Amino acid sequence: MIPVIEVKHLHKKFDNFVAVEDVNFTVNQGDVYGFLGPNGAGKSTTIRMMTTLIKPTSGEINFFGKSLTTDRKNILSRIGSIIEKPDFYLYLSARKNLRILGELSKADYSNKKIEELLDLVGLLSRADSKVKTYSYGMKQRLGLAQALLHDPDVIILDEPTNGLDPFGMKEIRDLILYLSKEKGKTIFLSSHILSEVEMIANRMVILNKGKVIVEGVVKDLLNTSAMTVTYDVSSSQKAKESLESTQWKDSFLRSTDTTITLTVKSNDVADITKLFVEKSISVNSVVPVRSLEEYFISLTSEEANVHVR
Amino acid sequence: MFTYVKLELIKIFSKIRSIVAFLAIGFIVPLIASAMYLEGNQVLNLALQPFKDTFDFSGNFLNGYLVVVFILTGLYVHIPLLISIVAGDMLSGEATSGTYRMMLSRPISRTQMVVSKYIAVIIYTLLLVAWVGVLSFGIGLLLFGTGDLITIRSAITIVPEADVPWRFLYAFGFAGLSMSVIASIAFMFSSFVENTLGPLISTFATIILFTIITSFDYSLFDTIQPLLFTNYINSWRLFFDNPIDWAKITTSIWALVLHLIVCLGVSIYVVRKKDILS
Repeated sequence: MIPVIEVKHLHKKFDNFVAVEDVNFTVNQGDVYGFLGPNGAGKSTTIRMMTTLIKPTSGEINFFGKSLTTDRKNILSRIGSIIEKPDFYLYLSARKNLRILGELSKADYSNKKIEELLDLVGLLSRADSKVKTYSYGMKQRLGLAQALLHDPDVIILDEPTNGLDPFGMKEIRDLILYLSKEKGKTIFLSSHILSEVEMIANRMVILNKGKVIVEGVVKDLLNTSAMTVTYDVSSSQKAKESLESTQWKDSFLRSTDTTITLTVKSNDVADITKLFVEKSISVNSVVPVRSLEEYFISLTSEEANVHVR
Repeated sequence: MFTYVKLELIKIFSKIRSIVAFLAIGFIVPLIASAMYLEGNQVLNLALQPFKDTFDFSGNFLNGYLVVVFILTGLYVHIPLLISIVAGDMLSGEATSGTYRMMLSRPISRTQMVVSKYIAVIIYTLLLVAWVGVLSFGIGLLLFGTGDLITIRSAITIVPEADVPWRFLYAFGFAGLSMSVIASIAFMFSSFVENTLGPLISTFATIILFTIITSFDYSLFDTIQPLLFTNYINSWRLFFDNPIDWAKITTSIWALVLHLIVCLGVSIYVVRKKDILS
């Protein structure tokens, strides 16, 4: 595994307010790396430091083994980013915006390249419309196009599906997966839509109050954590009784006449289903509602300080 | 750098407010010229009245050259406003629109960005001053023809017709420099804030304050006055004196150039230190 982004002991203080405190993480080549945290966790500040918009108070940020401080221009020419919201020169067309940003990035900003990108994000038919006529979702797509303009090795995406309809969100997710799997790009993805990170990220870090509270492989983190499952059964009362003498006796969360909701580990779901069937309780459906969202909430609300590698 | 300046010029000239300045000049200049065509002789007679007992005036004094001087004098108040609107938006506009993020996360240094924007706004300013010159000369000479140039300040000066064009060339060059200083002040203020109105108000507050200090003849201000740009920006008029006070003009040029350098330096320093939070 080749480390592409290394963030070491990163601190940022605004007057007396500590926005980021001793943040460390490593993103490897080809990773789709989820960057999570509640509002005010320090995500945007960290991303801004990673793109040289904000100077760190202390700490180190390396890309491709080189320091961002000393090799800024070379590094930025290999990074594409959407930071917070997609802002453009509203009085210019999408084509002109991309041309200007292409020239700044010393990228190929030929009409052909620009049209390819606009086609990729579904904006080719509006290439010559002024950006002020675009919806937020269209600007978000244009934001993605500008991030890809110079064929970067690393793509930093801050809430890339914000403002998109479900269809657009899926398209962007598919595009991120395509860029990662087919083009070998390293993706650093900050998102508040946790299911999105769960679906596409292989590794992640969770920030809370400026500190890293967990970092690791998404699958490992979720497998070791509790999840919520709702069983649609013939009798919730019988189901509850059947759990009394088992290791899952404390897993009960709530129930209705025909549903019982439990908090269990993901690899216990099948065993509980088997137990119900053995006790002659019909199981009509099993709906797992445990997701990264619950994991995230439990971690950030407890202010846990766990490191999983 | 050339590429960055070109991009900044594209941005400037894609904004309606930048074009409006040219349109406004295009409207005001013919308006002043028309007014002078209709009532110029009465105005000139009124101005010369105190001297008519002592001097005998003959020739076409209400000519195109006098019209240009009138226009330049009149617009010296308005051009700074038009320039400040554009210059005051150069950096703050990127902050307001959020495009700082797009720009500065690319392989361009902050110094390069500030310098390219600065050069672009100076080019814009010089083009606007040149536009005033071309338009006022074109209309003035077309409607009024040529002749000796008479200027009345503390004394009456008559510049022979043959001498007028090169003096105007220098005067407009100096006006370009003066207006560039105004632009650079608005530009500097735009590095401090994240709105367009702030730099505009600050620039005019500075002009008004400095003009007041410059115009008062108190010993308290004697040491300050030489440091203020308002002490020098009207020195274009010196080109129509006889003889021309080259020493004073040279001092004015150096003082204004110093202002340009200081404003650019401050802007670079502020932007380099700034955390982009917009």
